[in-house]
Parts: sequence; C-alpha cells; structure tokens
Amino acid sequence: MEKLKYALFTGCTAKQSTPEQMMSTMAVADKLGIELIELTEASCCGASHLQDYDDFLSVVLNARNIAYAEKHGLTMVTICNTCQLNSAMTKHRLDNDAELKARVNEKLAEVGLEYKGTSNVTHFLYAIIDDFGLDKLKEMVVTPLSQFNIAPFYGCHNIRPSELQNETHNSKENPYNPTSLDDLIIACGGKTVDYEQKNKCCGFHVELQAPHTAAVLTGNAIAGAMDGNADWMVTPCPLCHLKLDTQTAHASEAIGRDVELPVLHMQQMVGLALGCTPAELGLNHHLAKVDFV
Amino acid sequence: MSTHKITTQQVNFKVFRFNADEDYLPYYENYDMEVTSEEVVLDILNRIKWDHDGSFSYRRSCRHGICGACAIKVNGRSTLACKESMNDMIKLFGNELTIEPLSKKRAIKDMIIDKADFWEKHDAVTPYLVADIDENPESENLISPEDAEKLDEADLCIQCGACHYACPAVEINEDFFGPAAFAAAYRFSADVRDNAASRLVDVNEEKQGVWDCVKCFECAEACPKEINPIGKITKLHQMAFQEGIAKNNVAVRHAVGFEKSIKKNGILDEGGLVLYSEGPAIVKHIPVAFRMFIKGKIVPPWGLTKSENLDEIQKLVKSSSTAKF
Repeated sequence: MEKLKYALFTGCTAKQSTPEQMMSTMAVADKLGIELIELTEASCCGASHLQDYDDFLSVVLNARNIAYAEKHGLTMVTICNTCQLNSAMTKHRLDNDAELKARVNEKLAEVGLEYKGTSNVTHFLYAIIDDFGLDKLKEMVVTPLSQFNIAPFYGCHNIRPSELQNETHNSKENPYNPTSLDDLIIACGGKTVDYEQKNKCCGFHVELQAPHTAAVLTGNAIAGAMDGNADWMVTPCPLCHLKLDTQTAHASEAIGRDVELPVLHMQQMVGLALGCTPAELGLNHHLAKVDFV
Repeated sequence: MSTHKITTQQVNFKVFRFNADEDYLPYYENYDMEVTSEEVVLDILNRIKWDHDGSFSYRRSCRHGICGACAIKVNGRSTLACKESMNDMIKLFGNELTIEPLSKKRAIKDMIIDKADFWEKHDAVTPYLVADIDENPESENLISPEDAEKLDEADLCIQCGACHYACPAVEINEDFFGPAAFAAAYRFSADVRDNAASRLVDVNEEKQGVWDCVKCFECAEACPKEINPIGKITKLHQMAFQEGIAKNNVAVRHAVGFEKSIKKNGILDEGGLVLYSEGPAIVKHIPVAFRMFIKGKIVPPWGLTKSENLDEIQKLVKSSSTAKF
C-alpha cells in the first residue's frame, strides 16, 4: 500500500490545553507510517462560535485553511470534532453555492489564495478506519487492551448533522448508534462499554455562558460510563476531552455525585495498543489521573 | 406492471408503557411481530392497540406528516410515526426496536406526553406577524420570492416537538426556549412584514435565550421536516448583532472574542479568549486553571504559538468582516 499522507489541521487546543493530543497524534502516525504535513498557516476554525457573530468571516477563514491543504494536494485531516464540523460545513457550503464561493475567492485572492474544492476534509478517526483499515491496525497491536472496559464518547461534531458528516467519510455513521469508535476500541483489543450518553453532548460550548447546563451534561456522561463499569473513557474530540477531564469538580457538584474517570484521546488509546510509552502519549498531562499504565 | 415485492420480517418491539394515574414507574412491554416492508411505524402502533392491548395510547391524526401529533422516538431517534417506514427503521437499527414517547419524563400515558412546556415557550416568542396592516386591504399583503427565501423554510414547522424534546439544554434548563420556539421566532423575525421589536430581545434574554444553545445538532437531526432549527438559532445570533441588541455579556463576548483572538495570533489565545469573555468573573476559573497549569495545559502569553503567514489572516479579518459589536 502506498504511504498515506495528509495535511494535518491541528486546531488550537493541540497547541495549548491538550498538548498530549498533539504528541499522541504524531506518535501514532509515526507507528502507522502515516505522513502528516502540518498546516502551520491555518487559523482557528471559529470553534462554532465565530459564525454566530460573523458568518462570512468564518467561511473565509475556514476556506483559507482548506486552500492550504489543496496547495499540498492532500486531504485535510482534523483531530478535533469541532474543527471537523466547521471545515466540513464550509466545504459543503462552498461546493454547493457558486455565488458564495466566488465572494470568498474574491477575498482569498487578496492574499494570493484560492479555494477550489479539491481536498476532502476528514477526521483522523475516519482516516484510520477508512484509509488505513482496522484489520491492518489489529495486526500491528502489540499491547492488546483486553483487560479494559472502555467507554467511547463520540462527541457531537463528528456525528451530527449526519448528512454533512457522512459526506466526508465512508463509515456512514448512524448518529443514534455510532460504531466507529467502538470498532476502534475492539481493534485495539479492548471491550466497549455501551451507555446512554456515548453519542450525547459534553456541554463544552456553553461552559462559560450556561455553566450549570454544561456541568450536568459532563456529569451525566461520566456517570453513564461509570455505571457501565468503564475503566476509562476515550474520545476523538479534544474539546470533549477538556470537559470530561478538567471539569469533574463542577460536574460532580451539579449532579450531586462524585464522578471521575481517566479520559484518553483516541490517539492515546491507539498509541497504547501499538506499544507507545506513556511519555510519548503525554499521559502525564491529564487532570483525571491515568493510573492504569 | 410493478415488480415490487412485499417482504416480511420478525421484529421485537420493546414498548414504553406508563399510566400516570396508576403506575408508580414506567415499564416496557415486549411485542414480537411480523412486519411487512410496506408498513410505517404508525401501523405498528395501531396493531399493538388493535391486536394486543386496547389500552395502549398514542396521538395520531392526519396520517400525512403535517399535523405533528404522532411524533415519538424509535431507538432514541425522533420520528413521525405516520411517515417513518419500518424498512428504514430496521435498516438503521436492526430487528430490536424500542418505542418511546418524545419525552419519558413528560409521559402521561404511553406515547402521549404533556406538551404544555412546548406550547408555553412557543407562545412566548410572539409566534405571529406583528405588522400595521390595513384592516380593509384592497389586495393581499404579499412578499417577493426573494424575501420568502429568507425564511429558510422555518415556516414548514409543524410543531411536532421532536426537536424540543431532543434538546439537552431544554432537558436541563427549564427556562430555555428550545429549538422549536427559536425556529418560530426566526420565521417571524425574518419576515419583512414583521416589526415586533420585542421578539428578538426576548430570545436574547439570558435565562431563556439562544445563547444557551449547546450546539449539539440534536435538533437538526431530529426534525422530520428538515428545518434545521440550529441553523435558525445561528441566524438569530447574527440578527442580534445586526439589529444592535446583542448584550454585553459573557455569551456575546465569547462569540466576538474569537474574531479578536484570531486577529491577534491566527490560532486562539485560549486564556485571552476566556479573559475577554468573562472579564473580572475569570477569577472563578482560577482553581481549575491552576491545576491545568501544573499539568502543562496552559501556555503562558509569551509562549503562545502564532499561525504562519499571520499577516494574511489579519488582512482577511479586516477585509471580510461583516459584523459589528
């Protein structure tokens, strides 16, 4: 098989509040022999807030990010669900609205760029599943995670709106019964935990403006995983990760029950199965202690 | 002549049962049934009532997906029972299907729920045109096709409640208006004939308003008419700025702060964004921020990464900005 190569849109948290996500992404790509060209020119995607203020600016900035992936002639890979949503939504709108595309390209031309629509935008989770293949991954597992019950937490912006998301990958996820992350857990040798909140919202996006709503959602998610007898949780989204890992005190207070579980980025889980060391995966950067390795 | 072949399948239905007058707790009843490929979910509800248990209760009326009465959930997915093909449900979820009301906690009897909260919130957004219209008009008060486009199909809402009861923010914050009410608010506020000033103010109030939307897209997924309520919520956010009624509060500053942060470094300055959004209230985040700092999760201002070709981003922010706060 030809070596897989992608343009990596890291998003912002990988450079700040979730450094472990950046480390584990690179470690896993290295193990799998996937080449990632980092889009160091990329800006923030607007994190599903900027468009509430200025929709056109949000589209222009996301189009610019994708234009850089196009310059490399590569598929853009995201490692954050919200980056995925904003990038894919922008692509969908530009590819289906010639007038908007022309207006955006008029702006991009000012900085010598053009959005053509030639690069796909997909999340690293689906790049691993669709392009690399879980069978191949299974063969590479050196430390099967067989002693662990692992609760998948999908994160809204990878599975909804499903019509948009399913344009970007072949896994054709059912948002009411998603399976990609479960399949990845199984490929790593782990046992999956089925629980009600696995495809629900973590509350991240209203943490500042509606802290109670945000805390209850986080609390319910961790409680659901705990009641499902999970040893730890795993998520493809660094924003969900931040919420589930760092906000347990508020979450516990909001739902009147102490909740906490180690929460791993999906890259960290794959990395563990592939024999990466905890230091390579940045497991020391978590607030909810990862004490099982 | 049609070559379409009708097939049958065995399906196990796990059906939510509850009678608020008699039962302390709800329970699930199992029904094993042979289902034909031509049936819709409502046919199954009818067969449960007619063939198995006459006390089984549900709402139904038009049978054409327009009255919104028969909205229920199948395996957690909101649907209009009269429009949803059993074949599609089996394809999506297999042969074990769980039938539940839109909201278990608002169940009165089986599939029938108390929708009072839905209607109260719908009423609260002034869901009608407010306009000075000649009481004895000589002609219809029409709008152009271009202006009708601006409604973005929000007028197709049938008030079934599917999005409202799929919304996690509604579930937690009982004041939150919810996606259906917001879609209705948008439908009238986007109408060029309307001049209700209070509606946009009402949907921007803190305890009930659009800014508490968690952005989960459950409403977009749930809507049987594909109205995309969260898209209308986004438009209401934008209207708040366009009409100059956006309040200077944490939610509004959080949206505006992204532009400022992007202009500064391209990628976010997370700490700076929270500081801009919260103002002095940032002190409440110090305990968690301190723990994050210890774990290497907070980059000090002098160590922040900037996007390469930042000048391009700054130029684009300047030339492409369309909003003001």
